Amino acid sequence: MAVLKVPVTSEDHAQGPHSAEVTLVEYGDYECPHCGRAYPIVQRVQKHFENGLRFVFRNFPLGEMHPHAEAAAETAEFAAAHGRFWEMHDLLFENQQRLSDQLLLGLAQELELSATTLRQALEDGEFKTRVRGDFSGGVRSGVNGTPTFFINGRRHDGPFDFESLAAAIEAGRRWR
Amino acid sequence: MGDSHPIKPPTDFSTGAIEKLPSGPCRLLAAGALAPGFTLNVTPDQTLSLHDLRGRPVILAFYPSDWSPVCGDQMGLYNEIFPEFRKFGAELLGISVDGPWCHRAFAEARHLHFPLLSDFEPKGAAARQYGAYRAAEGVCERALFIIDKSGIIAWSYCSPIAVNPGADGILQALEDLAK
Repeated sequence: MAVLKVPVTSEDHAQGPHSAEVTLVEYGDYECPHCGRAYPIVQRVQKHFENGLRFVFRNFPLGEMHPHAEAAAETAEFAAAHGRFWEMHDLLFENQQRLSDQLLLGLAQELELSATTLRQALEDGEFKTRVRGDFSGGVRSGVNGTPTFFINGRRHDGPFDFESLAAAIEAGRRWR
Repeated sequence: MGDSHPIKPPTDFSTGAIEKLPSGPCRLLAAGALAPGFTLNVTPDQTLSLHDLRGRPVILAFYPSDWSPVCGDQMGLYNEIFPEFRKFGAELLGISVDGPWCHRAFAEARHLHFPLLSDFEPKGAAARQYGAYRAAEGVCERALFIIDKSGIIAWSYCSPIAVNPGADGILQALEDLAK
């Protein structure tokens, strides 16, 4: 069975308490329609489990398939450097249908971040290493498409509708 | 003409029907076996022989068919990971029973950077040699092989047909080879 090879650390983007019973890790791509479909489901799952769940998002942009996925991932990391990761993460998924270079700059402005600094960071590839690092770690852990979820370190191979994901998380409590 | 012959409805591949095929026992050639040679079309007018790649590790990815949802994901994923395979100097070959024109359209649609071989005529002949053919359905297994520089199989893996095996096994095998 595929297991998460890169443990969750303070470097990760996480929501929910460190002490939560279950950690759900998603490897996702902001331009992937399946990840777009998973986005509100994950939110529902988070609401359902409240403090019993910690959610971690890692980048897995499929750049050959999705032309804006890499830049979107780097934009989220840019926002993270300014303490605004989750707001950008949400904005990217909520605007998935109309991702473009221009839109990314606009989203930065919406969060009162400098579009000029973001443009420069994208040009310089300032956050490329971070995104590549997530990607490589994901490949090593058996990420086989997007989204791929890990529940307490084990890859979730089932469907990710609310009921299935919630049931898998419930079962994951026993794998601590 | 009065007799009516029941006609089997065509398989609807758009719904991923091929992914729902039952999994039979899979008997792949195992590590240590000599990799059987083959020469297959890589484009409508060019062929590629396994022997031509001697001296480099080769990843053979047999898969059931172009266009079916899981395959697209698997080949699409390998396309993204391709640079990591190249770090080991490895060649990647995708193989299915689809014809070369079909492969060409599929590769163009997915922007694939590695060759797809057509195990088309005699159908599945290369896959059969590797124990990676599903005769009942007439498609290749979803099977992975790593062949070392000297043409010996170093690792093989047969995935349940509906499950994208990812690339962690391939990378581990390449790493072990490089040791």
